[in-house]
Amino acid sequence: MAIDVRVPTILRTYTSGERAVTARGDSLSDLIEDLDENHPGIKARLLEGEDLRRFINVYVNDEDVRFTGGLQTSVSDGDAVVILPAVAGG
Amino acid sequence: MRFDSLLDTVGGTPLVGLPRLSPSPDVRLWAKLEDQNPTGSIKDRAALAMLVAAEKDGLLRPGCTILEPTSGNTGISLAMVAQLRGYRLVCVLPENTSIERKQLLAMWGAEVVSSPAAGGSNEAVRLAKALAEEHPDWVLLYQYGNPANAAAHFDGTGPEVLADLPSVTHFVAGLGTSGTLMGAGRFFREQAPQVRIVAAEPRYGELVYGLRNLDEGFVPELYDASLIDARFSVGPRDAVRRVRELLELEGIFAGISTGAILHAALAQAAKSVKARERADIVFVVCDGGWKYLSTGAYEGSIDAAERGLEGQLWA
Repeated sequence: MAIDVRVPTILRTYTSGERAVTARGDSLSDLIEDLDENHPGIKARLLEGEDLRRFINVYVNDEDVRFTGGLQTSVSDGDAVVILPAVAGG
Repeated sequence: MRFDSLLDTVGGTPLVGLPRLSPSPDVRLWAKLEDQNPTGSIKDRAALAMLVAAEKDGLLRPGCTILEPTSGNTGISLAMVAQLRGYRLVCVLPENTSIERKQLLAMWGAEVVSSPAAGGSNEAVRLAKALAEEHPDWVLLYQYGNPANAAAHFDGTGPEVLADLPSVTHFVAGLGTSGTLMGAGRFFREQAPQVRIVAAEPRYGELVYGLRNLDEGFVPELYDASLIDARFSVGPRDAVRRVRELLELEGIFAGISTGAILHAALAQAAKSVKARERADIVFVVCDGGWKYLSTGAYEGSIDAAERGLEGQLWA
């Protein structure tokens, strides 16, 4: 069982330059733990304490996890996870 | 309908039903046609409101120079209002925006300072803030943090939707400065709290997210997550697909970001159908498609259209 995780340019130093990696877990929190085992250091760039960093957005199947349960958002095989830095629009 | 001047026509836009895109008589989609504002975008509301507020606060006096970072629409709206009211406008515009936006800015008399493509609007904001320090007499309206931006939708967009469709269940709009969602969202929280507020955020190509470090990320000062119930990220492929559907099925020729908003509205419609609940889903048509013809979004294959938008600020 594996979930695709898209990694933004700025975090690819942790994934040997890979733009997409796979990870496992039943929740986003577990998934990030698993990511960090294979790509040490990435967790500290995503989280601050028990929460996502202010300028990090994570989407599961295109939906922002801050509105679906945060780090407790459940994930399963075949889901698509996208990590992006917050940028300006307008 | 008769108006004293063009500025008096801002807002009061039509809300039209979409019989062919609506999945059932119980789950209906409605389009708020903001392209029918004077410069053809929803930003006329915010531009007028910010300018009037600055005049009231005594920040703007005749002959003043206004400065604004913008990926296009806000600048075009400000250029129109500034020209009518006698101000000079300097816009900081990212390089990777459509040629039509630059042409329209020039048409309404705005001066353009280009900011680098990499980093998108973040860079435009940074450059505008630097210019504001160099020119302390210039007035930075700053749409990302100006309460008048959200107030335009608290006073206008939100009440108009509720008056035209008291049975509204969902309000779906684009997330850029967050002005539309914050203003209408706050209005609905106060006046019709059962209405769910849904944000559709454009997902650009990688170039746009090319920050040097994560501390350079940007969340608009206006943004308050408690006024939103769901937030979707929509890429160019889905946006183009939907904007073409809107044209083919309902005859509405909208800008690409409206395709992203429609995509989120249709996702909500599908959820409502599945849950067997009644829904009246209103989504915002932010602008017409005219400014994006040169991007190739409306012709040829979806693959080609998607490639054409790579690295562009299409919303």
